[in-house]
Amino acid sequence: MMLQSPDALAALVPDGALLAIPPDNSLPSVAIAKALIRRGAKGLRLLGVPVSGFATDILIGAGCVAEVETSAVSLGEAGFAPRFSAALKEGRIRIRDATCPAIHTMLQAAEKGVPFMPLRGLIGSDILANRPDWMVVPNPFASDGEDPIVLLPARQPDFAIFHAAMADSEGNVWLGRRRECATIAHASKAALVTVERVVDGSFLDDERLAPGAISATYVTATAIAARGARPAALLDEYGFDAAYVSDYARAARTEEGFRAWLAREVFADGRKAAAA
Amino acid sequence: MIAPEERLAATLARLILDPEAPPARHIAVGAASPVPAAACWLVKLLGHPVRLSLLHRRSGNPFTEGTRELFDLTGQGRVDLFFLGGGQIDGQANLNLVGTGEWPGMGVRFPGSFGSAFMYLMTPRTLLFREEHSPRVLVERVDNVSAPGVSPPGVFRRGSAQALVTGRCVFRFHPDRARFSLASLHPGETRESVREATGFAFDAEGDIPATPDPTEVELALLRGRVCDEMAETYPEFCRRVWGSPQAA
Repeated sequence: MMLQSPDALAALVPDGALLAIPPDNSLPSVAIAKALIRRGAKGLRLLGVPVSGFATDILIGAGCVAEVETSAVSLGEAGFAPRFSAALKEGRIRIRDATCPAIHTMLQAAEKGVPFMPLRGLIGSDILANRPDWMVVPNPFASDGEDPIVLLPARQPDFAIFHAAMADSEGNVWLGRRRECATIAHASKAALVTVERVVDGSFLDDERLAPGAISATYVTATAIAARGARPAALLDEYGFDAAYVSDYARAARTEEGFRAWLAREVFADGRKAAAA
Repeated sequence: MIAPEERLAATLARLILDPEAPPARHIAVGAASPVPAAACWLVKLLGHPVRLSLLHRRSGNPFTEGTRELFDLTGQGRVDLFFLGGGQIDGQANLNLVGTGEWPGMGVRFPGSFGSAFMYLMTPRTLLFREEHSPRVLVERVDNVSAPGVSPPGVFRRGSAQALVTGRCVFRFHPDRARFSLASLHPGETRESVREATGFAFDAEGDIPATPDPTEVELALLRGRVCDEMAETYPEFCRRVWGSPQAA
Protein backbone atom coordinates (compact mmCIF):
# COMPACT_ATOMS: atom_id res chain seq x y z
CA MET A 1 0.00 0.00 0.00
CA MET A 2 1.40 3.36 -1.07
CA LEU A 3 0.68 6.18 1.36
CA GLN A 4 0.98 9.94 0.98
CA SER A 5 3.85 10.72 3.34
CA PRO A 6 6.15 9.44 6.08
CA ASP A 7 3.64 10.98 8.51
CA ALA A 8 0.95 8.63 7.15
CA LEU A 9 3.32 5.70 7.79
CA ALA A 10 4.04 6.94 11.33
CA ALA A 11 0.28 7.08 12.00
CA LEU A 12 0.19 3.26 11.62
CA VAL A 13 2.57 2.79 14.56
CA PRO A 14 0.79 2.54 17.93
CA ASP A 15 2.43 3.75 21.13
CA GLY A 16 4.52 1.04 22.78
CA ALA A 17 5.32 -0.80 19.52
CA LEU A 18 8.62 -2.66 19.05
CA LEU A 19 10.46 -1.14 16.06
CA ALA A 20 13.49 -2.66 14.34
CA ILE A 21 15.75 0.08 12.98
CA PRO A 22 19.01 -0.33 11.01
CA PRO A 23 22.01 1.85 11.93
CA ASP A 24 23.40 4.87 10.10
CA ASN A 25 25.42 2.78 7.64
CA SER A 26 22.46 0.67 6.60
CA LEU A 27 19.48 2.72 5.43
CA PRO A 28 17.56 3.99 8.46
CA SER A 29 14.40 5.91 7.59
CA VAL A 30 15.16 9.14 9.38
CA ALA A 31 12.05 10.50 7.61
CA ILE A 32 9.84 8.06 9.58
CA ALA A 33 11.73 8.77 12.81
CA LYS A 34 11.00 12.48 12.38
CA ALA A 35 7.36 11.73 11.54
CA LEU A 36 7.03 9.61 14.71
CA ILE A 37 8.29 12.60 16.70
CA ARG A 38 5.72 14.88 15.01
CA ARG A 39 2.98 12.37 15.80
CA GLY A 40 4.08 12.43 19.47
CA ALA A 41 4.64 8.66 19.70
CA LYS A 42 5.17 7.36 23.24
CA GLY A 43 6.64 4.30 24.91
CA LEU A 44 8.28 2.93 21.74
CA ARG A 45 10.69 0.03 22.12
CA LEU A 46 13.57 0.22 19.64
CA LEU A 47 15.67 -2.68 18.42
CA GLY A 48 18.97 -1.55 16.88
CA VAL A 49 19.94 -3.96 14.09
CA PRO A 50 22.53 -4.53 15.27
CA VAL A 51 23.49 -1.06 16.59
CA SER A 52 21.74 2.32 16.84
CA GLY A 53 22.56 5.80 15.61
CA PHE A 54 21.04 9.12 14.69
CA ALA A 55 17.38 8.07 14.35
CA THR A 56 17.43 6.40 17.76
CA ASP A 57 19.01 9.42 19.44
CA ILE A 58 16.42 11.89 18.14
CA LEU A 59 13.52 9.58 19.06
CA ILE A 60 14.90 9.23 22.60
CA GLY A 61 15.48 12.97 22.91
CA ALA A 62 11.90 13.70 21.83
CA GLY A 63 10.56 11.43 24.59
CA CYS A 64 9.14 8.77 22.23
CA VAL A 65 11.12 5.83 23.64
CA ALA A 66 10.76 3.62 26.71
CA GLU A 67 13.36 0.97 25.93
CA VAL A 68 16.28 0.34 23.58
CA GLU A 69 17.70 -3.07 22.81
CA THR A 70 20.95 -2.71 20.90
CA SER A 71 24.64 -3.54 20.72
CA ALA A 72 25.77 0.12 20.77
CA VAL A 73 24.43 3.64 20.36
CA SER A 74 26.79 6.04 18.64
CA LEU A 75 26.95 8.92 16.16
CA GLY A 76 30.12 7.51 14.55
CA GLU A 77 32.81 10.13 14.00
CA ALA A 78 30.56 12.71 15.74
CA GLY A 79 30.95 10.80 19.01
CA PHE A 80 28.60 9.51 21.71
CA ALA A 81 24.85 9.84 21.22
CA PRO A 82 24.00 12.78 23.50
CA ARG A 83 20.25 12.32 24.09
CA PHE A 84 20.65 8.58 24.67
CA SER A 85 23.38 9.22 27.27
CA ALA A 86 21.30 11.90 29.04
CA ALA A 87 18.10 9.80 29.10
CA LEU A 88 19.93 6.75 30.45
CA LYS A 89 21.56 8.79 33.18
CA GLU A 90 18.22 10.35 34.17
CA GLY A 91 16.53 6.95 34.18
CA ARG A 92 14.04 7.91 31.44
CA ILE A 93 14.84 4.85 29.29
CA ARG A 94 15.81 1.25 29.85
CA ILE A 95 18.60 -0.30 27.82
CA ARG A 96 18.93 -4.00 27.12
CA ASP A 97 22.50 -4.47 25.98
CA ALA A 98 23.18 -7.11 23.35
CA THR A 99 25.99 -7.96 20.97
CA CYS A 100 25.68 -7.64 17.18
CA PRO A 101 25.50 -11.30 16.10
CA ALA A 102 22.99 -12.06 18.89
CA ILE A 103 20.57 -9.52 17.43
CA HIS A 104 20.99 -10.92 13.92
CA THR A 105 20.50 -14.44 15.28
CA MET A 106 17.33 -13.59 17.25
CA LEU A 107 15.88 -12.05 14.08
CA GLN A 108 16.93 -15.02 11.97
CA ALA A 109 15.10 -17.30 14.40
CA ALA A 110 11.98 -15.14 13.93
CA GLU A 111 12.51 -15.27 10.15
CA LYS A 112 12.47 -19.07 10.31
CA GLY A 113 9.59 -19.24 12.77
CA VAL A 114 11.61 -21.31 15.25
CA PRO A 115 11.58 -20.49 18.98
CA PHE A 116 15.34 -20.07 19.43
CA MET A 117 18.74 -20.38 17.79
CA PRO A 118 22.17 -21.11 19.26
CA LEU A 119 25.19 -18.80 19.00
CA ARG A 120 28.86 -19.31 19.85
CA GLY A 121 30.85 -16.84 21.97
CA LEU A 122 29.25 -14.64 24.66
CA ILE A 123 30.13 -16.96 27.58
CA GLY A 124 32.02 -14.92 30.18
CA SER A 125 30.51 -11.60 29.05
CA ASP A 126 28.40 -9.55 31.47
CA ILE A 127 25.98 -9.02 28.58
CA LEU A 128 24.96 -12.64 28.98
CA ALA A 129 24.89 -12.29 32.79
CA ASN A 130 22.39 -9.42 32.40
CA ARG A 131 20.11 -11.20 29.93
CA PRO A 132 17.83 -13.54 31.86
CA ASP A 133 16.08 -14.26 28.54
CA TRP A 134 19.29 -15.85 27.13
CA MET A 135 20.26 -19.34 28.21
CA VAL A 136 23.39 -21.50 28.31
CA VAL A 137 22.90 -25.23 27.64
CA PRO A 138 25.24 -28.13 26.90
CA ASN A 139 25.58 -28.73 23.17
CA PRO A 140 23.36 -31.81 22.68
CA PHE A 141 25.51 -32.90 19.70
CA ALA A 142 28.88 -32.61 21.49
CA SER A 143 30.96 -35.76 21.20
CA ASP A 144 33.29 -34.76 23.99
CA GLY A 145 32.57 -32.80 27.18
CA GLU A 146 29.69 -30.41 27.86
CA ASP A 147 30.52 -27.74 25.26
CA PRO A 148 28.29 -25.01 26.73
CA ILE A 149 26.52 -22.88 24.11
CA VAL A 150 24.14 -19.90 24.28
CA LEU A 151 20.50 -20.15 23.12
CA LEU A 152 18.77 -16.96 22.03
CA PRO A 153 14.99 -16.59 21.79
CA ALA A 154 13.37 -15.50 18.52
CA ARG A 155 12.64 -11.77 18.47
CA GLN A 156 9.73 -10.62 16.31
CA PRO A 157 9.48 -6.83 16.01
CA ASP A 158 6.08 -5.24 15.41
CA PHE A 159 7.51 -3.09 12.65
CA ALA A 160 10.62 -3.01 10.49
CA ILE A 161 11.36 0.61 9.60
CA PHE A 162 13.89 1.51 6.92
CA HIS A 163 14.56 3.49 3.75
CA ALA A 164 15.04 2.04 0.26
CA ALA A 165 16.09 3.50 -3.06
CA MET A 166 12.83 2.70 -4.85
CA ALA A 167 9.51 0.90 -4.88
CA ASP A 168 7.79 -0.56 -7.95
CA SER A 169 4.14 -0.64 -9.00
CA GLU A 170 3.69 -4.02 -7.24
CA GLY A 171 4.87 -2.68 -3.86
CA ASN A 172 8.26 -4.42 -3.92
CA VAL A 173 11.15 -2.30 -2.70
CA TRP A 174 14.78 -2.29 -3.81
CA LEU A 175 17.84 -1.53 -1.65
CA GLY A 176 20.69 -3.49 -3.16
CA ARG A 177 23.12 -5.25 -0.86
CA ARG A 178 21.88 -3.92 2.50
CA ARG A 179 20.23 -7.24 3.24
CA GLU A 180 19.95 -6.71 7.01
CA CYS A 181 16.87 -4.71 6.00
CA ALA A 182 15.53 -7.85 4.31
CA THR A 183 16.15 -9.82 7.50
CA ILE A 184 14.21 -7.32 9.63
CA ALA A 185 11.42 -7.13 7.04
CA HIS A 186 11.17 -10.94 7.01
CA ALA A 187 11.27 -11.18 10.81
CA SER A 188 8.80 -8.38 11.63
CA LYS A 189 4.99 -8.47 11.67
CA ALA A 190 4.93 -5.44 9.35
CA ALA A 191 7.41 -3.30 7.41
CA LEU A 192 7.09 0.44 6.77
CA VAL A 193 9.46 1.70 4.10
CA THR A 194 10.22 5.15 2.73
CA VAL A 195 11.63 5.35 -0.80
CA GLU A 196 13.18 7.99 -3.01
CA ARG A 197 10.92 7.18 -5.97
CA VAL A 198 8.42 4.77 -7.45
CA VAL A 199 9.07 3.10 -10.81
CA ASP A 200 6.84 1.12 -13.20
CA GLY A 201 6.97 -2.65 -13.54
CA SER A 202 8.22 -5.25 -11.05
CA PHE A 203 11.76 -5.71 -9.69
CA LEU A 204 11.01 -9.43 -9.45
CA ASP A 205 10.81 -9.65 -13.27
CA ASP A 206 14.36 -8.28 -13.59
CA GLU A 207 17.10 -10.82 -12.89
CA ARG A 208 19.56 -8.06 -11.99
CA LEU A 209 17.26 -6.22 -9.60
CA ALA A 210 15.54 -9.17 -7.93
CA PRO A 211 18.45 -10.12 -5.57
CA GLY A 212 18.46 -6.58 -4.11
CA ALA A 213 14.67 -6.44 -3.76
CA ILE A 214 12.37 -7.18 -0.84
CA SER A 215 9.14 -8.75 -1.97
CA ALA A 216 5.84 -6.94 -1.33
CA THR A 217 4.88 -10.02 0.72
CA TYR A 218 6.76 -8.39 3.60
CA VAL A 219 6.14 -4.71 2.87
CA THR A 220 3.04 -3.33 4.58
CA ALA A 221 3.22 0.27 3.37
CA THR A 222 5.55 2.63 1.57
CA ALA A 223 5.70 6.39 1.05
CA ILE A 224 7.97 8.66 -0.94
CA ALA A 225 10.45 10.64 1.15
CA ALA A 226 13.10 12.39 -0.91
CA ARG A 227 16.46 12.02 0.86
CA GLY A 228 14.60 10.04 3.51
CA ALA A 229 17.75 8.47 4.96
CA ARG A 230 19.47 11.83 5.43
CA PRO A 231 21.85 12.40 7.22
CA ALA A 232 22.62 8.70 6.66
CA ALA A 233 23.90 7.71 3.23
CA LEU A 234 21.83 5.98 0.56
CA LEU A 235 23.87 3.38 -1.34
CA ASP A 236 25.64 5.11 -4.24
CA GLU A 237 22.94 7.83 -4.47
CA TYR A 238 24.02 10.21 -1.71
CA GLY A 239 26.70 10.24 0.99
CA PHE A 240 26.67 10.56 4.77
CA ASP A 241 26.06 14.18 5.81
CA ALA A 242 28.79 14.52 8.46
CA ALA A 243 28.23 18.29 8.85
CA TYR A 244 24.52 17.75 9.66
CA VAL A 245 25.36 15.13 12.30
CA SER A 246 28.12 17.15 13.97
CA ASP A 247 25.79 20.17 14.03
CA TYR A 248 23.19 17.94 15.70
CA ALA A 249 25.76 16.52 18.16
CA ARG A 250 26.69 20.04 19.21
CA ALA A 251 23.10 21.23 19.56
CA ALA A 252 21.92 18.10 21.41
CA ARG A 253 24.52 18.42 24.18
CA THR A 254 21.83 20.28 26.13
CA GLU A 255 18.08 19.79 26.38
CA GLU A 256 17.49 23.40 25.20
CA GLY A 257 19.81 22.94 22.24
CA PHE A 258 18.02 19.74 21.31
CA ARG A 259 14.56 21.41 21.57
CA ALA A 260 15.71 24.20 19.25
CA TRP A 261 17.10 21.62 16.82
CA LEU A 262 13.78 19.72 16.90
CA ALA A 263 11.77 22.88 16.23
CA ARG A 264 13.94 23.72 13.24
CA GLU A 265 14.66 20.30 11.73
CA VAL A 266 11.58 18.24 12.62
CA PHE A 267 8.55 20.44 13.27
CA ALA A 268 9.31 23.30 10.82
CA ASP A 269 10.31 20.73 8.18
CA GLY A 270 7.02 18.90 8.67
CA ARG A 271 4.99 22.10 8.22
CA LYS A 272 6.91 22.86 5.03
CA ALA A 273 6.22 19.33 3.76
CA ALA A 274 2.51 19.60 4.64
CA ALA A 275 2.23 22.96 2.84
CA ALA A 276 3.95 21.68 -0.31
CA MET B 1 57.49 14.69 11.24
CA ILE B 2 55.75 11.38 11.92
CA ALA B 3 52.17 11.71 13.16
CA PRO B 4 51.29 9.50 16.15
CA GLU B 5 48.55 7.86 14.06
CA GLU B 6 51.12 6.96 11.39
CA ARG B 7 53.37 5.28 13.95
CA LEU B 8 50.41 3.39 15.41
CA ALA B 9 49.23 2.23 11.98
CA ALA B 10 52.74 1.03 11.04
CA THR B 11 53.06 -0.71 14.43
CA LEU B 12 49.75 -2.52 13.95
CA ALA B 13 50.82 -3.46 10.40
CA ARG B 14 53.99 -5.06 11.78
CA LEU B 15 51.94 -7.04 14.30
CA ILE B 16 49.59 -8.21 11.53
CA LEU B 17 52.64 -9.51 9.63
CA ASP B 18 54.23 -11.14 12.72
CA PRO B 19 55.77 -14.33 11.32
CA GLU B 20 55.28 -16.15 14.63
CA ALA B 21 51.51 -15.69 14.59
CA PRO B 22 49.13 -17.77 12.47
CA PRO B 23 48.74 -16.17 9.01
CA ALA B 24 46.25 -13.32 8.58
CA ARG B 25 44.72 -14.17 5.22
CA HIS B 26 41.41 -12.46 5.95
CA ILE B 27 41.18 -9.41 8.22
CA ALA B 28 37.96 -7.68 9.18
CA VAL B 29 37.70 -4.13 10.51
CA GLY B 30 34.65 -2.96 12.44
CA ALA B 31 33.04 0.39 13.19
CA ALA B 32 34.96 3.55 14.11
CA SER B 33 38.45 2.10 13.57
CA PRO B 34 40.46 4.45 11.35
CA VAL B 35 43.94 3.51 12.64
CA PRO B 36 43.35 -0.26 12.32
CA ALA B 37 41.87 0.35 8.86
CA ALA B 38 45.00 2.31 7.89
CA ALA B 39 47.19 -0.55 9.16
CA CYS B 40 45.28 -3.06 7.04
CA TRP B 41 45.48 -0.94 3.90
CA LEU B 42 49.20 -0.51 4.55
CA VAL B 43 49.70 -4.29 4.73
CA LYS B 44 47.72 -4.79 1.55
CA LEU B 45 49.37 -1.95 -0.38
CA LEU B 46 52.82 -3.20 0.67
CA GLY B 47 51.92 -6.14 -1.55
CA HIS B 48 50.97 -8.82 1.00
CA PRO B 49 48.18 -11.14 -0.08
CA VAL B 50 45.37 -10.39 2.34
CA ARG B 51 41.61 -10.07 2.03
CA LEU B 52 40.19 -7.02 3.81
CA SER B 53 36.56 -6.84 4.86
CA LEU B 54 35.84 -3.32 5.98
CA LEU B 55 32.43 -3.36 7.60
CA HIS B 56 31.74 0.33 7.17
CA ARG B 57 32.78 0.78 3.59
CA ARG B 58 29.98 2.32 1.54
CA SER B 59 31.14 1.68 -2.01
CA GLY B 60 32.44 -1.81 -2.64
CA ASN B 61 31.19 -3.08 0.73
CA PRO B 62 32.32 -6.70 1.00
CA PHE B 63 29.03 -8.12 2.26
CA THR B 64 26.04 -8.81 0.03
CA GLU B 65 23.89 -10.43 2.72
CA GLY B 66 24.12 -7.63 5.30
CA THR B 67 26.54 -7.19 8.17
CA ARG B 68 25.58 -10.53 9.68
CA GLU B 69 27.94 -12.04 7.10
CA LEU B 70 30.86 -10.74 9.16
CA PHE B 71 29.66 -12.76 12.14
CA ASP B 72 28.71 -15.81 10.09
CA LEU B 73 32.19 -15.87 8.51
CA THR B 74 33.81 -15.43 11.90
CA GLY B 75 31.60 -18.13 13.40
CA GLN B 76 32.99 -20.52 10.80
CA GLY B 77 36.58 -19.47 11.50
CA ARG B 78 36.99 -17.69 8.15
CA VAL B 79 38.16 -14.36 9.61
CA ASP B 80 41.73 -14.67 10.90
CA LEU B 81 42.21 -11.34 12.63
CA PHE B 82 40.00 -8.63 14.10
CA PHE B 83 40.60 -5.41 16.07
CA LEU B 84 38.97 -4.50 19.36
CA GLY B 85 39.36 -1.67 21.84
CA GLY B 86 37.54 -0.61 24.95
CA GLY B 87 36.67 2.24 27.25
CA GLN B 88 38.42 0.11 29.88
CA ILE B 89 40.93 -2.71 29.29
CA ASP B 90 42.29 -4.63 32.25
CA GLY B 91 45.41 -6.66 33.01
CA GLN B 92 43.71 -9.91 31.99
CA ALA B 93 42.70 -8.39 28.65
CA ASN B 94 39.03 -8.14 29.62
CA LEU B 95 37.29 -5.44 27.56
CA ASN B 96 34.63 -3.00 28.76
CA LEU B 97 32.77 -1.19 25.99
CA VAL B 98 29.57 -0.77 28.02
CA GLY B 99 30.50 1.81 30.65
CA THR B 100 31.81 2.43 34.14
CA GLY B 101 29.96 1.93 37.40
CA GLU B 102 26.94 -0.32 37.82
CA TRP B 103 25.57 -2.18 34.78
CA PRO B 104 24.68 -0.91 32.16
CA GLY B 105 27.25 1.84 32.68
CA MET B 106 25.59 4.18 35.14
CA GLY B 107 28.91 6.03 35.71
CA VAL B 108 30.13 6.97 32.24
CA ARG B 109 28.16 5.15 29.56
CA PHE B 110 30.21 4.11 26.50
CA PRO B 111 28.45 3.37 23.17
CA GLY B 112 28.11 -0.38 23.79
CA SER B 113 29.72 -3.73 23.17
CA PHE B 114 29.18 -4.03 19.38
CA GLY B 115 30.22 -7.55 18.30
CA SER B 116 33.02 -7.90 20.86
CA ALA B 117 31.38 -10.61 23.01
CA PHE B 118 31.39 -12.86 19.96
CA MET B 119 34.38 -11.73 17.89
CA TYR B 120 36.92 -11.93 20.75
CA LEU B 121 36.22 -15.64 21.27
CA MET B 122 35.71 -16.66 17.66
CA THR B 123 38.69 -14.98 15.95
CA PRO B 124 42.08 -16.72 16.09
CA ARG B 125 43.89 -13.39 16.53
CA THR B 126 42.72 -10.11 18.05
CA LEU B 127 44.77 -6.94 18.06
CA LEU B 128 43.72 -4.59 20.85
CA PHE B 129 44.10 -0.93 20.08
CA ARG B 130 43.45 2.07 22.31
CA GLU B 131 45.27 5.33 21.74
CA GLU B 132 44.58 6.77 25.21
CA HIS B 133 46.98 5.13 27.64
CA SER B 134 45.98 6.28 31.12
CA PRO B 135 45.02 4.71 34.45
CA ARG B 136 41.34 5.37 33.70
CA VAL B 137 41.49 3.26 30.52
CA LEU B 138 44.05 0.60 31.48
CA VAL B 139 42.59 -0.55 34.77
CA GLU B 140 43.31 -3.36 37.18
CA ARG B 141 39.82 -4.78 36.74
CA VAL B 142 37.14 -3.58 34.31
CA ASP B 143 33.84 -2.44 35.87
CA ASN B 144 31.86 -4.48 33.34
CA VAL B 145 33.00 -7.24 31.00
CA SER B 146 31.81 -6.82 27.41
CA ALA B 147 34.18 -9.55 26.28
CA PRO B 148 36.43 -11.74 28.46
CA GLY B 149 40.20 -11.87 27.86
CA VAL B 150 40.49 -15.58 28.60
CA SER B 151 37.97 -18.40 28.99
CA PRO B 152 37.90 -21.46 31.24
CA PRO B 153 38.75 -24.84 29.69
CA GLY B 154 35.76 -26.37 27.93
CA VAL B 155 34.42 -23.03 26.61
CA PHE B 156 34.79 -22.88 22.84
CA ARG B 157 37.36 -20.22 21.98
CA ARG B 158 39.64 -19.91 18.94
CA GLY B 159 42.12 -17.34 20.21
CA SER B 160 42.73 -14.30 22.33
CA ALA B 161 44.53 -10.98 22.23
CA GLN B 162 47.88 -11.06 20.46
CA ALA B 163 48.92 -7.60 21.59
CA LEU B 164 47.67 -4.27 22.92
CA VAL B 165 48.88 -1.16 21.11
CA THR B 166 48.45 2.21 22.86
CA GLY B 167 49.70 5.74 22.37
CA ARG B 168 52.66 4.93 24.64
CA CYS B 169 53.75 1.36 23.96
CA VAL B 170 53.10 -2.15 22.71
CA PHE B 171 52.15 -4.93 25.14
CA ARG B 172 52.14 -8.62 24.23
CA PHE B 173 49.42 -10.75 25.79
CA HIS B 174 50.10 -14.18 27.27
CA PRO B 175 46.80 -16.09 27.53
CA ASP B 176 48.48 -18.97 29.41
CA ARG B 177 49.06 -16.67 32.39
CA ALA B 178 46.45 -14.01 31.49
CA ARG B 179 49.02 -11.21 31.69
CA PHE B 180 50.56 -8.54 29.52
CA SER B 181 54.28 -7.97 29.03
CA LEU B 182 55.84 -4.75 27.76
CA ALA B 183 57.16 -5.31 24.22
CA SER B 184 58.26 -1.87 22.98
CA LEU B 185 58.18 1.79 23.96
CA HIS B 186 57.11 4.68 21.71
CA PRO B 187 59.39 7.75 21.62
CA GLY B 188 59.62 9.65 24.91
CA GLU B 189 58.38 6.74 27.04
CA THR B 190 60.24 4.70 29.64
CA ARG B 191 59.35 1.59 31.58
CA GLU B 192 58.60 3.90 34.52
CA SER B 193 56.41 6.34 32.57
CA VAL B 194 54.40 3.40 31.26
CA ARG B 195 54.03 1.92 34.75
CA GLU B 196 52.87 5.32 35.96
CA ALA B 197 50.19 5.51 33.28
CA THR B 198 48.98 1.91 33.60
CA GLY B 199 46.44 0.77 36.17
CA PHE B 200 47.32 -2.92 35.84
CA ALA B 201 50.48 -4.86 36.68
CA PHE B 202 52.48 -6.22 33.74
CA ASP B 203 55.79 -7.98 33.09
CA ALA B 204 58.79 -6.06 31.75
CA GLU B 205 61.85 -8.28 31.45
CA GLY B 206 65.26 -7.21 30.18
CA ASP B 207 65.85 -4.31 27.80
CA ILE B 208 62.66 -2.99 26.25
CA PRO B 209 63.26 -1.90 22.65
CA ALA B 210 61.91 1.28 21.07
CA THR B 211 58.90 0.95 18.77
CA PRO B 212 60.41 1.37 15.29
CA ASP B 213 59.53 4.41 13.18
CA PRO B 214 57.52 3.78 10.04
CA THR B 215 59.82 3.40 7.03
CA GLU B 216 59.91 5.96 4.19
CA VAL B 217 57.98 3.51 2.00
CA GLU B 218 55.32 3.05 4.69
CA LEU B 219 54.97 6.78 5.25
CA ALA B 220 54.61 7.47 1.53
CA LEU B 221 51.91 4.82 1.26
CA LEU B 222 50.03 6.05 4.35
CA ARG B 223 50.01 9.64 3.10
CA GLY B 224 49.07 8.65 -0.44
CA ARG B 225 47.16 5.54 -1.38
CA VAL B 226 46.10 4.55 2.16
CA CYS B 227 44.59 7.99 2.70
CA ASP B 228 42.81 7.76 -0.68
CA GLU B 229 41.28 4.41 0.26
CA MET B 230 40.09 5.72 3.63
CA ALA B 231 38.72 9.14 2.67
CA GLU B 232 35.19 7.94 1.97
CA THR B 233 34.73 6.09 5.29
CA TYR B 234 36.83 8.33 7.56
CA PRO B 235 36.83 11.86 6.09
CA GLU B 236 37.38 13.54 9.49
CA PHE B 237 40.33 11.30 10.34
CA CYS B 238 41.96 11.83 6.94
CA ARG B 239 41.53 15.58 7.22
CA ARG B 240 42.99 15.66 10.73
CA VAL B 241 46.00 13.41 10.11
CA TRP B 242 46.83 14.07 6.48
CA GLY B 243 45.00 17.33 5.76
CA SER B 244 43.23 15.57 2.94
CA PRO B 245 40.49 17.73 1.45
CA GLN B 246 38.73 14.91 -0.40
CA ALA B 247 35.59 13.49 1.15
CA ALA B 248 32.86 11.10 0.15
